[in-house]
Amino acid sequence: MGSTLIDDLFIFMLACFIGFEVIRHVSPLLHTPLMSLTNALDAIAVVGAIVLVGERKSEFATVLGVIAIVAATSNVVGGFFITDRMLKMFKSSRPVKK
Amino acid sequence: MNEFAGSQYIIEVIYLIASALFILSLKWMSSPATARHGIWAGELGMVLAVAGTLLHHGIVDWKWIVVGLVLGTGIGIPLGMVQMTAVPQRTALSHAFGALCVTLVGTAEFYLRTPNVPKFMMAVLSMEVILGGLTFTGSLMAAGKLQEILPQRPITYKGQNLVNFLLLAVAIASAVYLVLHPEAKQFFPLIVGISLIFGVLLIIPIGGADMPTVISLLNGYAGLSASAMGFVLQNKLLIIAGALDGSSGLILSVIMSKAMNRSFTNVLFGAFGQVQAAAAGAEVAKPVHSATAEEAAAILSAANKVVIVPGYGMAVAQAQHKVRELYDILTKKGVDVRFAIHPVAGRMPGHMNVLLAEADIPYDRLIEMDEINGDFPQTDVALVIGANDVTNPAARNDQSSPIFGMPILDVDKAHTVMVIKRGMSPGFAGIDNPLYYLDNTLMLFGDAKQFVGAIVRELSGGH
Repeated sequence: MGSTLIDDLFIFMLACFIGFEVIRHVSPLLHTPLMSLTNALDAIAVVGAIVLVGERKSEFATVLGVIAIVAATSNVVGGFFITDRMLKMFKSSRPVKK
Repeated sequence: MNEFAGSQYIIEVIYLIASALFILSLKWMSSPATARHGIWAGELGMVLAVAGTLLHHGIVDWKWIVVGLVLGTGIGIPLGMVQMTAVPQRTALSHAFGALCVTLVGTAEFYLRTPNVPKFMMAVLSMEVILGGLTFTGSLMAAGKLQEILPQRPITYKGQNLVNFLLLAVAIASAVYLVLHPEAKQFFPLIVGISLIFGVLLIIPIGGADMPTVISLLNGYAGLSASAMGFVLQNKLLIIAGALDGSSGLILSVIMSKAMNRSFTNVLFGAFGQVQAAAAGAEVAKPVHSATAEEAAAILSAANKVVIVPGYGMAVAQAQHKVRELYDILTKKGVDVRFAIHPVAGRMPGHMNVLLAEADIPYDRLIEMDEINGDFPQTDVALVIGANDVTNPAARNDQSSPIFGMPILDVDKAHTVMVIKRGMSPGFAGIDNPLYYLDNTLMLFGDAKQFVGAIVRELSGGH
């Protein structure tokens, strides 16, 4: 598919550094939503499962692939959903006295 | 290799955009003000990536893809609607699902490609299924413990670490053999099987108090296994998303283990709880001062500065909404009320923040440990609700204590400490807490929710 091993390693290395830099700046306040968000993003693995199922190379692969799609999709949907619910709850200080 | 097919070219461009959106998504998570943009960016990236993938020229059958997507959505919606107190086990469960997906795809890829698997690909494929397999069962175990389906106390036996190391060694040796001899496919089920067993054994000796570290670590493993899957499929988007998730999980586990003054290996192989349970047994009952809700209310209303220290006990008792009422009524009386958040309070990183935010407490009242510790000497009342080890002064001054060196909230320096607790039984880790016997400490015995409710009634009744 036009990419070599060494390209992929470079990408991995750079992505790790970006990950460390970006995550380091996340306030501890938001660590729980951060974890559910990264979980949802991680479920991008669903694209691998989709190709696997779509290609129908063997019955075995298709069965495993469908289960994989179900598992990953539930993470995508559930992960974004609950992260959004959590973040909606974080409100700044209201005026102390009315 | 040939040039990209037309659709493949479009897919790669879409993945490039999705990668950028994922990075932005995490970047915007750095502050509560922009965090919700982060979700939108993540969702947009995800929708683009999935839609782009459907353009893949090799896809000939849509039916099962749609079935999978629909079923997954059906499971995902209720998983997104769970109670905030159940978020730790939901998170563990979703790590398990993510790892399951990776392991299944890895397994299918192996059997489709064998015996023509290049060495490097076999190595990352093995890594993918080992990490995926152990994360799958390990996360299920963690979710079971958090949901209290499984016993929360650490289960240990003699030679436990040796058994675990040997198992892992066998799995890695099999993987190395497979790399050298890709035709020996009978080794593959062995690798997957051992990883699955290893995941269970890894979590058995881990107690609830270590869950924040373990959940973060499993998060990291799930990310790395997804990244490995990206190498196998030569999918750059997957490599990037996995690396982001992996680094996030690893950073959080470092923060968590620092907050407990312990190393990774100690969390995973230390079997912490046992030692302390033995230590606590030797303690003799010492006198404590206790107080009623009425007395507690009187002290609170006379205070100028109050710091509330929530812990896992507050979550268990579902007391966060009563705590909000207490916050409201004290604030109305002109008392300065803040919350001191220890990094490992609760069962996952940031657990307390989410619970208090759910109860509508403004997030700028939630103060991190390092920031608030200097303020305790000027604090009139420190009210500890369901927290134990994170307030234990033994961590500061008793070298023989198992938690010596762990950074704690210095509540004992407040003028008055009030501790709401069910009884005198030692906390989860089984360590006795000298805080309870101090002269400036008042024990408020009872259920956290009811006791806070009683204080609120006293405060609103009298003037």
